[in-house]
Amino acid sequence: MSSPRDVVITGIGLVSSLGEGPDAHWQKLAQPGLQPVLEAARFAPYTVHPLPEIDWNLQIAKRGDQRQMETWQRLGTYAAGLALDDAGIKGNDELCTTMDMVVAAGGGERDEAVDAAILAASESRNDRDVLLNEKLTTELRPTLFLAQLSNLLAGNISIVHKVTGSSRTFMGEEGAGVAAVETAAARIRSGQSTHILVGGAFQTEHSDMLLGYELAGYLHRGPWKPVWQRQGAEGGGVVSGSGGAFLVLEQREHATSRGRKIYAELGPVVSGRARRRRGELDAEIAALLGKAALPNGKLLALSGASGAHAATTAEKAALDANPAIASRGFSTLTGHMKEAQFPFAVALAALAVDRKAAYPVFDAAAEKPFEGVPATVLATAIGYHQFEGMALVNAA
Amino acid sequence: MANLNDHMGRPIVAVTGIGVVTSLGVGKADNWAALTSGKSGIHPITRFPVDHLNTRISGTVDFLASSSKGASPLTYELAETAAHEAVAEAGLNSSDFGGPLFLASPPVELDWHERFSLYNSDKQDAGAERLLRVARGLKETDIFETTQFGSIADRLADRFGTRGLPITLSTACASGATAIQLGVEAIRRGECHRALSIGADGSATAEALIRFSLLSALSTHNDIPEKASKPFSKDRDGFVLAEGSGALVLESLEAALARGATVLGILRGCGEKADDFHRTRSKPDGSPAIAAVRAALADAGLSKDEIDYVNAHGTSTPENDKMEHLSLSTVFGERIGSMPVSSNKSMIGHTLSAAGAVEAAFSLMTMRESVIPPTINYDNPDPAIVLDVVPNKKRNAEVRTVLSNSFGFGGQNTCLVMAREPV
Repeated sequence: MSSPRDVVITGIGLVSSLGEGPDAHWQKLAQPGLQPVLEAARFAPYTVHPLPEIDWNLQIAKRGDQRQMETWQRLGTYAAGLALDDAGIKGNDELCTTMDMVVAAGGGERDEAVDAAILAASESRNDRDVLLNEKLTTELRPTLFLAQLSNLLAGNISIVHKVTGSSRTFMGEEGAGVAAVETAAARIRSGQSTHILVGGAFQTEHSDMLLGYELAGYLHRGPWKPVWQRQGAEGGGVVSGSGGAFLVLEQREHATSRGRKIYAELGPVVSGRARRRRGELDAEIAALLGKAALPNGKLLALSGASGAHAATTAEKAALDANPAIASRGFSTLTGHMKEAQFPFAVALAALAVDRKAAYPVFDAAAEKPFEGVPATVLATAIGYHQFEGMALVNAA
Repeated sequence: MANLNDHMGRPIVAVTGIGVVTSLGVGKADNWAALTSGKSGIHPITRFPVDHLNTRISGTVDFLASSSKGASPLTYELAETAAHEAVAEAGLNSSDFGGPLFLASPPVELDWHERFSLYNSDKQDAGAERLLRVARGLKETDIFETTQFGSIADRLADRFGTRGLPITLSTACASGATAIQLGVEAIRRGECHRALSIGADGSATAEALIRFSLLSALSTHNDIPEKASKPFSKDRDGFVLAEGSGALVLESLEAALARGATVLGILRGCGEKADDFHRTRSKPDGSPAIAAVRAALADAGLSKDEIDYVNAHGTSTPENDKMEHLSLSTVFGERIGSMPVSSNKSMIGHTLSAAGAVEAAFSLMTMRESVIPPTINYDNPDPAIVLDVVPNKKRNAEVRTVLSNSFGFGGQNTCLVMAREPV
């Protein structure tokens, strides 16, 4: 039964190594046997899924705005613009100035050359704190700080796209993306908001972004493998990717009153925090599957599994334990996009519902076919290190 | 029988626990004594060398065990200390809080001391390549944890037994207020009976100071540190970087009364509005800040004549104080010249991600104690800013309602309205 306060998805903005926009992603992902776009040399021994070629001018008209950002903020601002365009909100002053926003963000790019120079100098100096002051006061670009600040992705979206109802930035890896979607949906359901821009971006082609995983040995090394097949391989199992995903979530009544196409309805969004050191992850995933109230019958699942050994093993076991579930680990084709991972999963789920077709297997050795029309699709993000979330996406 | 719902039929949100840490000390008692005697917590920086720096003063918190251990450990300890005080005051189980956690904290990065030590533990390769190779050989995850944006909240969730996925957020200098707003909204939606909202910031590193310095945001009045933060003064020249934390236990009034808790105040309304003008400057007409104040009043169901006192954002930067005056005078009209508006930052500096929560804590105490903390260092008023800033000395006054402003880089504007009594 649909209700006027249902949360519906009316806009999708996607960027990954596969291209940009929902149509391009659908066309690529619907091809059986699609091969991933990989960059194995630039960050060897790590492989990443690089950004596609992007004409930033298409979504960030002013060069001055582009110059104020590094790639991460440009990418997020660009993906947000795609979603707003797709929902018919871009350029509509009334809708933009009343639109709320929740962005899931990490940090932006540091200046690698300045950092490397400081580190090199530190080898021959003991007064490292003084060295730091000396170099940072003279070599940092003043505006770089703003390009690094977590909340300035949202800030740039306000400036470039004029979304100004409210602006909130959640931090915390995949969990930030889960909480952003969950909070946005709750606000719409309760009548606290009518339309919200929600999503995130991750730019992995920077050494600090790799370091963020590798300080705990999470990255996969050696020849690339699909996300479900990295157990026992060298490294920690994660292959990262650059990308972004933004959704326009809207109250059903608000969307229908302005005559917009609805991709899908966003059903329950559930989240959790397993105390993994105490071995709670398996039980937490099972509990979330229970809370999501899965429908009877076969179910397509867009899994955001990262490849991280422990988390991916636990998620695969939980999904495989239910014979009705046919999972698709999209990180095989896009890489892991951290804060953007959950919004990306929800977007792909919405596309399958909208196109009335399942994706073919992304990994024939580990995934099983799904025949028929997926009326409900599960989206998951089990964090590579912490935090878990899921959502059900239903036919409009 | 008290009315348990507000003017929009939503559960009224009460505050039943307050905790605070600033450069003035640990806990409400010490902070309040210092704040009402006009004492400044701003001092020369001793945490790191100040060679080559234009600003050599700050309001760092130097007296905690983690004060010299880097931004992540200190931010955790600040948050933990304030939350412990708040949860204890609320009379709740300090290891089984039983509601969600909303944490405002600074974005995290690999600390330079760790960077240096990782880099110099090896000789092969250079730059990032060497760091990555050393990183993957690490046997401990302590350094890794300091670089994960969700880790401080994860530890706090373990420590206090909060429920569900904790939310870590940043709305720059409005973060503390946003953490409170998220808690209020969750209670109003009926998702929980209580929430723990914390703002904590222990990120006053040399690099943070240099970054703000490069944006010309900091005061360089180094000679008499306690005089450097002078909101609304003619010779104000920037804010003073500071650290601190504030924590509130928020609870539906119904749940608070049912368990016989002491109600310390009411979180009556929250308002926000983003600015699309510039990354660090506000729209010249002040319309976003004005809209945020008006949204908070509307959410609280109060008219502009029903606000007794404004706890200003009052950073002491030329831009903020001018724009804040413009917004307040636009909303409150002529009355603004005679209503008390003071800035805690004159004494504690700008605690960044924590500021909104610290200042909400002080706003609630202002109402409870019927004492308004002063704006100190108000020796040279800016003639363009005509406000009753409660200059230099505390004032005894009946305060029933407070507006607390928080404005930040990235077009963030969040305002809170608090009241002493439920009705």
